[in-house]
Amino acid sequence: MSDQPLLEIQNLSLNRDGRAILQNVNLSVYPGQIHALLGVNGSGKSSLAYALMGCAGYQPDSGHIWFDGQEITHLPIDERGRLGLTLAWQEPARFEGLTVGNYLGLGIDKPFGTAQDKPDRDRVAAALQAVNLPPKTYLRRHVDNTLSGGERKRVELAAVYAMRPRLAILDEPDSGIDTLSLDDVRALLRRMAENRTAVLLITHRDEMAEAADAASIMCLGSILFSGETATAQAFYQGRCQPHVAALGNQPWPGASLRMKEMAR
Amino acid sequence: MSTPTTTPTVNPPVWAGDPSFVDSGPGSGQALDSLMEAYRRAGGDPEAIRQANIATLVVSGNQVLIAHDIEGLRFEAEELPQGVKARIIVDPGVTIERLVHLCFGLLPAEGRQEIIASYEIGAGAKVAFLAHCTFPNAVRAEHVMDANIHVGAGATMKYTESHYHGETGGIKVLPKTRVTVAENGRFLTTFNLSHGRVGYMDIDYEIDVADSGLAELTTKVYGHEDDDVHVREVVRLNGRDARGLTKTRVAVRGRAHSAIHTVTEGNAPGTVGHMDCTEIVRDQAEAQNMPIVLVRNDEARVTHEAAIGSVSKKELETLMSRGLDEDDAVDVIIRGMLH
Repeated sequence: MSDQPLLEIQNLSLNRDGRAILQNVNLSVYPGQIHALLGVNGSGKSSLAYALMGCAGYQPDSGHIWFDGQEITHLPIDERGRLGLTLAWQEPARFEGLTVGNYLGLGIDKPFGTAQDKPDRDRVAAALQAVNLPPKTYLRRHVDNTLSGGERKRVELAAVYAMRPRLAILDEPDSGIDTLSLDDVRALLRRMAENRTAVLLITHRDEMAEAADAASIMCLGSILFSGETATAQAFYQGRCQPHVAALGNQPWPGASLRMKEMAR
Repeated sequence: MSTPTTTPTVNPPVWAGDPSFVDSGPGSGQALDSLMEAYRRAGGDPEAIRQANIATLVVSGNQVLIAHDIEGLRFEAEELPQGVKARIIVDPGVTIERLVHLCFGLLPAEGRQEIIASYEIGAGAKVAFLAHCTFPNAVRAEHVMDANIHVGAGATMKYTESHYHGETGGIKVLPKTRVTVAENGRFLTTFNLSHGRVGYMDIDYEIDVADSGLAELTTKVYGHEDDDVHVREVVRLNGRDARGLTKTRVAVRGRAHSAIHTVTEGNAPGTVGHMDCTEIVRDQAEAQNMPIVLVRNDEARVTHEAAIGSVSKKELETLMSRGLDEDDAVDVIIRGMLH
């Protein structure tokens, strides 16, 4: 693995509506690495994903984001996409009139790809198979509300896989009904690794992190820990989750605040 | 009705250069070639028109270039000084297996074309039309359509119409259609103008639906620059258990303007009507939607939903995260909506 991080986040802070959403976040993801970002609901994981992509309303107040040595903190979202950074959304958008086949093709066709990355049916079909969706059944389906939530999430993961980005942010890929099992997600991560795609895997389930090369724990908008996956899992299982459970699985801010106190 | 110039009982299939071609005079073969090229660019399939088992009517300006009948369907066409008067007759009980191809075009940059059309769909007949209206070179041109459609009892008529108005916006298109749907009849129409400019367009539809009849209108238009889009659709559900649906999808960009005026009347017991309008607005464009629900019977139910706004932020950001720039992403979203 390269010594130089592919993604480097330095002291990133973000406030929304007078509330600190991200606080001095520091995180590195290396080329080809699967990096799990663990945290309870409301800890700021998805907000970090949106800030990394450059989504409207998530421009950081301070700090820096570097991608392959280039500062991207203020780049628009499409330029980040063309550099090879993308996001599989936790609750993906739906598109009236756009077929699954065409939707997957959009990511392949764009300038981030090289000349040989022209959309081809085989690549689109392989991406659907990677998320257990039969291409014959799904290529001509529309990415609209005729797909179930689980099918839509699988299509989203397939679209990211088909794009072969350099870094994919997967936001809770296993959440929801009828979505991929833990084993399926692990298999998908392996396939992504074969394509030399690094992954920032956002999850609130510590078992999901088992496939990761490294892990971080996020709490109340801050990174509490970054390092070996096993250590992160143990901390998350032993200290974070029981407290969250004791607090009635309450999301932001109570649970996260208590966890942060525990970590001190 | 005056005597038609072309009234074969079963016209042969014809093509430019073919001596059996329903020729309207010198130069019509060349006109057909030019029109077919425009037809192809507008999304039509010229090859389909060559086939003997496909009924076809092709009109360029005021010339009838092809009028090809098939068993159970005939055209009666008459050339007028500035257009064509045509009857399209489908015999009762007949099922026309293949799409009937219609092509109306005006190739010069300037001029006027008037089409007076009458569609008579016999009781129990089934027929589907694919119509292309193409004005690829229009700079100062006008196309006026005045159509009357009667869908007989238990008959089904599907009418899919695609327009291509060229790239200058220099055209006025004024289609006016009056439809009557008899008991248990079905009339389903789709209008699409999503490539090139619109110019000025004023669609005017009025439909009367009898007992257990059905009328479905889908209209999809993409306006750019200073295009001006007017759509007026009135569906009167007059018979018991009649049903009606208007579905309108319009996108306007630049300084374009759209005004969508839909009316559904529930005039009899058991009638069910719905109006569904979505408009996307970008740049300095302007969109208006005016749905009117008119119910005259306490057992009728008419509903409407309308949404006017920009493209969804989430849809936009999703596509941009795949590397599409904003303009391309908006285009993908709009074309999907107009699909």
